[in-house]
Amino acid sequence: MLSKTLHISTSPHINKGVSTDMIMKNVVYALIPVALFSVYAFGINAFLVVNTSVIACVFTEHLLCRWSNQESTISDWSAIITGLLLGLTLPPIFPLWMTFLGGVMAIALGKFVFGGLGYNAFNPALVGRAILQAAFPVAITTWHPSFLEDRFVSISNAVLAFPFAKPIVDGISGATPLSAFKFDHVATDSTDLALGLISGSTGETCSWLIALGGVYLIYKKMMNWRIPVTILTSVFVLSGILYLFDNQIYPSPMFMLFSGGLMLGAVFMATDMVGSPITPLGIVIYGIFIGVLVVVIRIWGGLPEGVMYAILLGNALTPQIDSIIRPKVYGTKKAML
Amino acid sequence: MLTSLKNSFKHGVHPPENKEETNGLPIRQFPFAPLIILPMQQHIGNPSQIIVKEGQEVSRGQLLAKANGYMSVPMHSPVSGNIRKIADVLLISGQTSPGIYLEPFPYSGQEVVVGKPISLDASPEEILKGIQDAGIVGLGGAAFPTHVKLKIPEGKTCDHLIINGIECEPYLTTDHRVMLEQADDIFTGIRYLLRVTDAKEVIIGIEANKQDAADHLTSKVPTDLPVKVQVVPVKYPQGAEKMLITALLGKEVPSGGLPIEVNAVVVNVATTAEIGRLLPHGQGIQERVITITGPGVKKKGNYLIPIGTPLRYVLEQVGAVDNISEVYMGGPMMGVSASSLDISIVKGTSGIVVFGDNEVRKVGKIYPCIKCSACVDACPIFLNPSKLGILAKFEAYDTMADEYNLMDCFECGSCSYVCPSNIPLVQYFRLSKALVRKKKSAKQQKSNA
Ligand code: SF4
Ligand code: SF4
Repeated sequence: MLSKTLHISTSPHINKGVSTDMIMKNVVYALIPVALFSVYAFGINAFLVVNTSVIACVFTEHLLCRWSNQESTISDWSAIITGLLLGLTLPPIFPLWMTFLGGVMAIALGKFVFGGLGYNAFNPALVGRAILQAAFPVAITTWHPSFLEDRFVSISNAVLAFPFAKPIVDGISGATPLSAFKFDHVATDSTDLALGLISGSTGETCSWLIALGGVYLIYKKMMNWRIPVTILTSVFVLSGILYLFDNQIYPSPMFMLFSGGLMLGAVFMATDMVGSPITPLGIVIYGIFIGVLVVVIRIWGGLPEGVMYAILLGNALTPQIDSIIRPKVYGTKKAML
Repeated sequence: MLTSLKNSFKHGVHPPENKEETNGLPIRQFPFAPLIILPMQQHIGNPSQIIVKEGQEVSRGQLLAKANGYMSVPMHSPVSGNIRKIADVLLISGQTSPGIYLEPFPYSGQEVVVGKPISLDASPEEILKGIQDAGIVGLGGAAFPTHVKLKIPEGKTCDHLIINGIECEPYLTTDHRVMLEQADDIFTGIRYLLRVTDAKEVIIGIEANKQDAADHLTSKVPTDLPVKVQVVPVKYPQGAEKMLITALLGKEVPSGGLPIEVNAVVVNVATTAEIGRLLPHGQGIQERVITITGPGVKKKGNYLIPIGTPLRYVLEQVGAVDNISEVYMGGPMMGVSASSLDISIVKGTSGIVVFGDNEVRKVGKIYPCIKCSACVDACPIFLNPSKLGILAKFEAYDTMADEYNLMDCFECGSCSYVCPSNIPLVQYFRLSKALVRKKKSAKQQKSNA
């Protein structure tokens, strides 16, 4: 007895048991209610847009891995997240071929060229969306009202448009609360805002479901709570100050919180671990930076929405933050800068 | 007694404790193996020098090998018996060391030889010498010669003598049992340590999962001793000297420095008990308490096992499963896997954790670092293991050492434990540290030449 060869491993011999694919999977779970709501609010159109985006991302990731002779990485679930996030930030009647292209770009240019998962400096979904915004500025700002009677039976012609065909402008296009405020100075009721009874990108409208997903991930310790909390707090505080200063020109802080892509961005995009700083203080700086930028772009910039650019800039700043903000190492006098 | 649950260090991890199965089991004497194999390299420093010959009869407790210089300790016979052979023996590291094969006399009384007692009035130097002569090394696992550690450098003073009863490694319950069963030895040991260090106060640090041990020791504190028992919250790696000092004194040991820089000396509680038990009789270490546990053994428990008992014999006695697949010597966080069952119990063995085929952890898939910051939030030294891991991959060892404090890493394993991407961070750091040290010593040699 007791003669066989032994298994050898180096310490530590145990692991907490939370794996990277588990984290990714849970992010997907947290996003599912948001995606379901988008279908509920915008019908088949949203269903098609979100699914196309996911398929495009997974497909691209798989092919790129194959072509570069690597093991396919789709089993880590991160491509699904990118697909969901991209789909959820697009307008509900966004042409599917553009959606597909966006998914390909997100994975190829937002992730693969950097070296894949873990090396992507920017949130891939936002890279995809930024490319689409630059390429198709009209389509990506063509909004659509939510809760239309026929949303479960009719597919918008715009969604099924042929690639590079003359853009079809769908008869009904609803202004988002942000564009309404920015260009027409019409404020939307904030209860409608919070409940998601508004127009906007497929998955950005229902703030409370997004927040719920965030709470779930924070509870599972799979999301750094500091990121959404600092972004939302700094948006609230800064816009609150402006609102107190002059409530005619500036929107109310509640409106700022619940409109546009802020909630989705703060909870699901800015929290992409790869693109955010690694130390608690660094994360707080990153969050405040993004929050301030959102307010600045929304109020003084030429665009109604600034969340995407704010987060991309935050991602760009992350390596700098990480190399400057370093905690004091135990037993040393002060932080090494 | 002082129970303060907020006193701890920052960061750290909470691995499952897995101590319930053995912490209630009293220490039991282990039988003598038919052949004892004693390596001469059981401690940090020079191997002991053998002074006996093949064929010689020795008594239990007799000196078999003497210390080879200051940075070394002697070795005593764990049994009365016959020296069968003097030859190289296998160590857990895979290297070999000179060793003694000893065949115990059957049915002998196994009385221990009594040497020259060291009294409590002896001078500090005599006590230090006595500790070295007893072959005592850190029993917490480090096996660093205790007399070297206790030597207070010129110009320094020791205010706080800290007795380490933390035992933060999962599975292990030896210190727990020692505290419950050997209180008198511990306090006698503390008396010797006080003579040597001249400390003003003694703090016995114990984690909250051993409240019974804390209560027991508190009730036994002799009135003339400045001892307080302090309970701290359970957290790994609180048993590490630096972390324990921070938890108890709120001070940080300077980077690269020893505890004495903050006027403290830390001694493991089992080592303290050993000093208290051996010195009054002038004896040397012959056995130690070891927790044997894990899903792969039937008779789990805390055993008093003669040094030099072959691991194979130990496992046979405790009813190890036939399909043994992994054995760690020490706990799961910092212990070392045995590559062979033909190694011996040594002074630094605090635990043996055994797994069968079915229970071995499958090594998770390795993913790239996703910068989740779990490791940064776990590292008790406040390093950035994520960055260090990436630098190690690029073999940027100098950058790791010069800019990211690599050399402050004490390989506790907290970062690897939490990493969701299963990156072998500690392995990287061990290797990188060794390479940096090598480079440094090569440089030094060059400049000396
Ligand atoms: S725990 Fe692992 S994956 Fe997370 S930041 Fe550290 S090294 Fe990277
Ligand atoms: S092994 Fe080193 S880097 Fe990792 S947590 Fe421990 S001290 Fe920090």
